[in-house]
Amino acid sequence: MATAPKMQLSEEVAIQITGMNKWYGTFHVLRDINISVARGERIVICGPSGSGKSTLIRCINRLEEHQKGQIIVDGTELTSDLKNIDKVRSEVGMVFQHFNLFPHLTILENLTLAPIWVRKTPKREADEVAMHFLGKVKIPEQAHKYPGQLSGGQQQRVAIARSLCMKPRIMLFDEPTSALDPEMIKEVLDTMIELAHDGMTMLCVTHEMGFARQVANRVIFMDQGQVVEQNEPEQFFLNPQSERTKLFLSQILGH
Amino acid sequence: MSDLSFVRQQMLPAATPPVTERGAVKWLRENLFSGWLNSILTVLAVVSLFYLVKGSLPWVSNGVWKANSLGECRARLAEMGPGTSGACWAILVERWNQFIFGFFPNTLYWRPTTAFALFIAALAPVLYYGLNRANALMIGLVGAVLVLILAGLGTDTWHILLSAVIFAALAGAGWFAPKHLVYLTLAFPALAYYLLWGGSIWGPVGLMAGFGLAILIWMQLQRSLGMVVSASIGLVVAVVWWLWLQALVTGPLHSLLPIQLEPVDSDQFGGFLLSFVIGITAIAGSLPIGILLALGRRSDMPLIKLICVGFIEFVRGVPLITMLFTASLLLAYFLPPGTNFDLILRVIILVTLFSAAYIAEVVRGGLAALPRGQYEAADALGLDYWQAQRLIIMPQALKISIPGIVSSFIGLFKDTTLVALVGLADPLQGIRKIVLADINWKGIFWEPFIFVGLIFFVVCFSMSRYSMYLERKLKTDHG
Repeated sequence: MATAPKMQLSEEVAIQITGMNKWYGTFHVLRDINISVARGERIVICGPSGSGKSTLIRCINRLEEHQKGQIIVDGTELTSDLKNIDKVRSEVGMVFQHFNLFPHLTILENLTLAPIWVRKTPKREADEVAMHFLGKVKIPEQAHKYPGQLSGGQQQRVAIARSLCMKPRIMLFDEPTSALDPEMIKEVLDTMIELAHDGMTMLCVTHEMGFARQVANRVIFMDQGQVVEQNEPEQFFLNPQSERTKLFLSQILGH
Repeated sequence: MSDLSFVRQQMLPAATPPVTERGAVKWLRENLFSGWLNSILTVLAVVSLFYLVKGSLPWVSNGVWKANSLGECRARLAEMGPGTSGACWAILVERWNQFIFGFFPNTLYWRPTTAFALFIAALAPVLYYGLNRANALMIGLVGAVLVLILAGLGTDTWHILLSAVIFAALAGAGWFAPKHLVYLTLAFPALAYYLLWGGSIWGPVGLMAGFGLAILIWMQLQRSLGMVVSASIGLVVAVVWWLWLQALVTGPLHSLLPIQLEPVDSDQFGGFLLSFVIGITAIAGSLPIGILLALGRRSDMPLIKLICVGFIEFVRGVPLITMLFTASLLLAYFLPPGTNFDLILRVIILVTLFSAAYIAEVVRGGLAALPRGQYEAADALGLDYWQAQRLIIMPQALKISIPGIVSSFIGLFKDTTLVALVGLADPLQGIRKIVLADINWKGIFWEPFIFVGLIFFVVCFSMSRYSMYLERKLKTDHG
């Protein structure tokens, strides 16, 4: 498979993280994070468990609060101001490891809920948009089923479609394939690859190194709450600089 | 070729299970005769059931239905043969009205009866939402039964005709525009109040206007001031309206258009009428209050959390009897002198608050059972707190809490008999004692208990079956 088309990255900054620190109680989970994400950039974040990679992307839509430093998303700084938080959240889509679909609503209702209540889209229009994205993730025939009746891979694709219905400018993926059977991982990754080709700004926490090679502009390796190494995927995998990165790569690619 | 090698050439088709794994045989084997111990227990149970029925059935079936006193009952039984035992159901026939209506004036029985029929019509679209045609037919049927009962009670033709027309209209609305029946549900509290207590129609209208005012203000201000502040302002305005302004408006309206029913005093309420009035009002009131308390207890705001935890723990720590005595005695001291605050109303308020504390804990259990991911998904989509609660969290938390909530409701309904302790005539203690005080029926024991118990059982069992129906209806995980 060919690597991602090397396109010129836009000058526009989508996410700017400067000197960001976070503590859980006295535990210092994120230490001095500085990341700038350009519009249209695809970043894969990897690292051992407990390295703070999930916490990092959860700070970007403020599911977690940071205590020091600055996070600016699409020109809006995340502070305790609820208006800013709501604004950022409606611009940033998020896909979770455990899908987090709403089990009491049908697939279609899952997709139209936020557009109708947050964006105040008329129901008919929201239905059309939802069916469009269900078609895009290739499960339009499941629209009237409940999440519990779908396979894990289908549920995760619904979750991606649910985020897309809000027409986000940035998508965050928090280990989207970690809870899936091997047979279903591919269908979710294919959806994500297609999304990448459409030019979506993406931050993915994942251990799918094939995916990283194929679509990422940049791979960030984290350990103990800090960025240890970042590079273009080719350089990152062929020529890792830090000892910690080499060890990590040998662990996950070695079997 | 090694022994480990195997390749299936043809996939097996599905086969039917063996006879012992199917139908009645399977059921009997699994449920009654799964082992020697269970087989012995099954036989023992059947034998004891047989003797229980054999022993008690004659007493029930020999029962005398027509007599004017216990003595007459006994004479009838003696006629059947020496040593015949039997129940004296005649007491229930003679005192039926008292068990049902208490001391409600005879000529006005049509009012609680109509209120009850309206209650079913108002409740059906809520309990069985989606079953529109069936609900319409049910409302029609209730209307027909109501007309028959009213005729049996000797109600005047004008009221019978009126209720027939009203129920025909409701059934029609249920058939053609089922969503609009919700207006009946919303108006029902005022309608029931008007039918039961009577007085000027402008009283209940003013009461509902207060609620309308609160909701209007809340909807108008919600955008700019947020949910909690706007709702509080609405509530304060409503209270001001009820206490001071309402009389200024309804007084002139009444003299302009004096529509009224003969007023009935709270002292005249009793029997199952009283149980239902207290039970239904407290059930309807305690669910929303309980939900708010549960949310408050999980709130990030320390003051709100403190108030909710304090309220819940205090109320759960105090026996209901204490609350009832508070209702009947203490509140009278705290209220400004001269205020005539109805005893039934006071009891309803305290029973509601009592039940709400329990509901709050049940709902909190449901909230705690929801995975964090549901909150996070709602947040990540940009829903605000109240939207997330209403659309995502509560529908799931309440579904989990259905068994607990219904248990609380059943407990609450049975606890309505405790109001006998503050001098209200509940069917179990109040009315039974009054009936037994009659010289004709002195000495009768089992029959009133069996009758009252049976009605309570029917109501509580219905609630329980309904909750199981609702759980099945809301099930979305498979099938």
